[in-house]
Amino acid sequence: MKAGSRTRSRITTRAGGRRKISPGRIIAWAVLASALVATLFPFYWMIRTALTPAADLYSDSTGLVPDHPTMINFLRVLGLTSREEAVAAGGSGAQVDFLRYLLNSVVYSGLIASLQTLFCAMAGYAVARLRFPGRDAVFGVLIAALMVPPIFTLLPNFVLVKNLGWLNTFAGMVAPSVLMTPFAVFFLRQFFLSIPREVEEAAVLDGVGAWGIFWRVVLPMSRGPLITIGLTTTVWAWKDYLWPLLTGRDEETRVLTVALGIFQQQSPNTQPDWTGIMAGSALSVLPVLVLLLLLGRRLVESLNFTGIK
Amino acid sequence: MGANTAVAPPHKGTGLPGDRADEPKRARDRRDDRKAAWLFLAPALAGFALFYAYPTLRGVYYSLTDYNMLAPPNFVGGENYADLIGDEQFWNALKVTASYVVLNIGSQTALALLLAALMHRLTRSVALRAMLLVPWLVPNVTVGLLWMWLLDANLGLVNHILDALGLGTTGFFTSPDLAMPTIAAVNAWAYTGYTALLLYAGMLQIPQHLYESASLDGAGEWRMFHRITLPLLRPVLALVLVVSLIGSFQIFDTIAVTTKGGPVGATRVIYYYIYEQAFAQFHMGYASAVAVILALLLGVLTAVQMRLLRASRSDLA
Repeated sequence: MKAGSRTRSRITTRAGGRRKISPGRIIAWAVLASALVATLFPFYWMIRTALTPAADLYSDSTGLVPDHPTMINFLRVLGLTSREEAVAAGGSGAQVDFLRYLLNSVVYSGLIASLQTLFCAMAGYAVARLRFPGRDAVFGVLIAALMVPPIFTLLPNFVLVKNLGWLNTFAGMVAPSVLMTPFAVFFLRQFFLSIPREVEEAAVLDGVGAWGIFWRVVLPMSRGPLITIGLTTTVWAWKDYLWPLLTGRDEETRVLTVALGIFQQQSPNTQPDWTGIMAGSALSVLPVLVLLLLLGRRLVESLNFTGIK
Repeated sequence: MGANTAVAPPHKGTGLPGDRADEPKRARDRRDDRKAAWLFLAPALAGFALFYAYPTLRGVYYSLTDYNMLAPPNFVGGENYADLIGDEQFWNALKVTASYVVLNIGSQTALALLLAALMHRLTRSVALRAMLLVPWLVPNVTVGLLWMWLLDANLGLVNHILDALGLGTTGFFTSPDLAMPTIAAVNAWAYTGYTALLLYAGMLQIPQHLYESASLDGAGEWRMFHRITLPLLRPVLALVLVVSLIGSFQIFDTIAVTTKGGPVGATRVIYYYIYEQAFAQFHMGYASAVAVILALLLGVLTAVQMRLLRASRSDLA
């Protein structure tokens, strides 16, 4: 909050400092504004299409607002209409329930983000603050995983999960990601290194063990970096497609991205079910917008934080 | 690991207060830490062993076999690699990937640099930055579907506009010549805002007074960009470039929902080729060999990245 007000006051002084309106500045703002339009307008068009009746797609495909706005596309992809209604509205008649996929996506990304952050914080803490033989070697080993590209572990990990009988279970879907990821260990370690020794020493004198120090002293102090890593992991898992496609295709574990791909392929005619696809797509954007509204500043700042190491 | 845990006494076992105070403090720390450290590290080390180290070895092994996921693998030596040399689809995949990377990174970086420079000189608005971030927050699958719709040959908005301008309609994803540039442009659209914010963050580290004194000397915006921003941003720019380069080599999602490698292999990038070989043809061994090659390629890029990481650190210090 404090940081926020500081930035705001800086803007006012900057703007007050040079008020002159030059042609160059107008052009610069125009370019920025058009970049913003180019960024956001496609999303507007997504919603606009989702609110258009499928029957109108041919006759009404250019106006900024649909001629006959309707919620039917959202209702049918959420599985809230009867099969007949869904088919009448342009659906394939296959059972879809995006509400469930939305929930699966929340479970998938929630599990990965929370557990990965916790376990990486534990590992980062150990290599940053605890004294034990082989510490640097352990850190080196964990960081070496950075060199392994995801495609390389993908095939063997799939075979492993398959052999464990974990296909189409959340356990199999999250297993490779929950225990550690090298970047998070590296990033959190950097932060833990900067915590003053005295903080821990005071706790040691009070008879608190290593776990107590970590859980009750260090973690609360590290809320910023933890949220940063948690947020980026959530976004990453939310966007994930290939791994959940391979390991969680079934209805019970199908996440939004996979559901969208399958839904697109189930289109009834030669022409894809665009109004339905856009309604489903809009649902995959909705949580992102909520995240942005609630944590926009945090998200933007975390990017500055993790992006440039 | 077992030995280490055995050395340490139970943490709160004795119950004698004098027990602890008698020991020198450092020694006590060290003994406690050893046990705690391995417990703290256990999940991460298990994750590393099971899902990084073991699959890496497994992947190399598979690449030397004829594994098809149905029968146990047979060792075939370097056969898969020998086959790769004569595999036109493999070379095509490499070529297609390279052209994607060049088109995507080129347009994305240039646009992002422009956006970042404009933001840097005009505004610090967090709201603006948050809005530019939206496409990056959205799954690539959604991005692919959205642009498939916008660029649809019959009903897409873009073709309606082109048609109204008298330019006729184009099947962007269905034309062998246009499919790859289209996908490169779509992904540039999705990632430009994100890249711009990374570069913008780098620009914020450039001391403001440099611009102020340059401005007093009568330098124009272009001159300041050319003489101050670009040179001082160079390490960050290089880092961002390599990171997005590595990312763009691994393009998959967008292609999987839009062109599926087509038309006639025009968008069958290496990642998609691996996917097809492994999960459509069940050539797991062969797919692993292609993955090894891609991993080596990415390994070189990562090494470059590491070097730049070090370079950028010393540059900014």
